[in-house]
Parts: sequence; structure tokens; C-alpha cells
Amino acid sequence: MAGAAERPLSPHLQIYRPMLTMMMSIVHRITGMALYFGTPLLVVWLLAAASSERAFSLVNGIYGSWFGLLVLVGYSWALIHHAIGGIRHFVWDTGAGFGPGPRELFAKLTIGGSIALTAVLWIVIWLVKG
Amino acid sequence: MSVSPGSSMRTPRRRVAGLGSARSGTGHFWLQRVTALANLLLILIALPIVIWAAGQGQAQTLAILGHPLVAIVLLLLIFSVCFHMRIGMQVVIEDYLPAEGMKVLALIANTFFTIAVGSAGAFAVLKISFGG
Repeated sequence: MAGAAERPLSPHLQIYRPMLTMMMSIVHRITGMALYFGTPLLVVWLLAAASSERAFSLVNGIYGSWFGLLVLVGYSWALIHHAIGGIRHFVWDTGAGFGPGPRELFAKLTIGGSIALTAVLWIVIWLVKG
Repeated sequence: MSVSPGSSMRTPRRRVAGLGSARSGTGHFWLQRVTALANLLLILIALPIVIWAAGQGQAQTLAILGHPLVAIVLLLLIFSVCFHMRIGMQVVIEDYLPAEGMKVLALIANTFFTIAVGSAGAFAVLKISFGG
């Protein structure tokens, strides 16, 4: 396969001027990968609850620390961003929303909506949980 | 797409099966979308429950998570999420790992990881629900 490396590669990310829609596409993939490694957070919490009082309070202590909460805030943002990005894909699956106007709007809704909903979520959690 | 029988390189059987050159057709794409929809619906139910159960004493949390309806929602969520994780990461691996050996190892690791996470989560939910 020595000759294969000599061939020109097709244009990749660094060739193009960064655009919001392109960034949202990249972020969708990154949040997907982050969520992949975030699912064990839920599973560890469930396993701790299923194991013992001591394990459960240990995990609750870690998740409730400032660092734990920071991770959970990031995790929830990634989840919401990925979910809105997924809904955007559902719209595209119908064949609609590919024009310059709608796709720019989707990009702005994905970033703005995910930040706003994450803020609302944690304000609600704070109000309910004190 | 109508192809005259004489001009196609594919056998009639291949054309009827409609699975294309990768031999899996649109199954992968479709499962990604179906599990995405399931994830969306299940997370909308599960999130308020998890927030409610979080930060409470163990007995209180177990009582909430052990309710049959809650346990079923959590089980479905875990299965759907882990399936979605597996096929999502598979696409990422296939895109970024061109070396055949590394790619195959990563694909196997992906399968092991998602099944392990899913099994552990399902076990925990069942143990809680059955009152172990």
C-alpha cells in the first residue's frame, strides 16, 4: 500500500471556512462521543444504589461535589445539544429544512436552545432540590 | 431505478434483496433513527424521575427506582441508549481509523463496552426493583 499514501486526499475540515452549520455538525459528533462515556455515570449511580448505603452515599458525595456538579452540568448540556441536533436530523430526514435560511436557523437553535434549556434545567433542579 | 437486465453487474437476486455493496442496506441508518426517537421519548420520562430520586437517602431512592413502571422505563432507556451508543461509535471508528487491525479491535471494544454498560445498568435496575 506504499502508493496509496501518495495519492491526494479529498478536501477535509481544514480546507473549508468554518461555518456555524459545520460547527454544529462537529459538535453533534463530539457530544455523542462525550455522552458515550457519560452513560457509565448513570450506571455507576444505579449500581451504587443497588449495592449498599455506603456505596450510595459515596457516589452521591462525589456527584454532589462542585466538580461532580460541573461534570453533570456539562453532561446535561451535551445531552440536550445532541437531542436538539437529533431532532434537526429528523426534520432533514423528511427532506425539509435544507435551504440556507432553515439550516442557519437550526444551527442557532441548537446552540442557543441547548444553552437556554440547560440553564432552565439546572434552575429547576436548584429550586426543587435547594 | 430500472436497470435493464443485460447492463447490470448485479444478479437479479442481489437487486431484489436491495442491500447494496455493503450488504446491510439502510438498516444501520434506520436503527440509528429508531433508537434516537426511543431515547428522546424515554429520556423525557426518565429525567424528571432521576432528578426526583437523586440526592435523597438510599431507601427513598430505592423506593422510587424500584417502582415497576419506573424500572421498565429505565430498562428500556438503558437498552435503547446502549444500542444507539454502539452504532454511533461504530460510524466514528469507521470514519477515523483507517488501519484495518486497529479498526477491527476498536469495533470489538465498542461492542464489549456498550454491552457491559447496558448489562450493568440493567442488572442494577432489576436488583433494585426485585428488592435485593
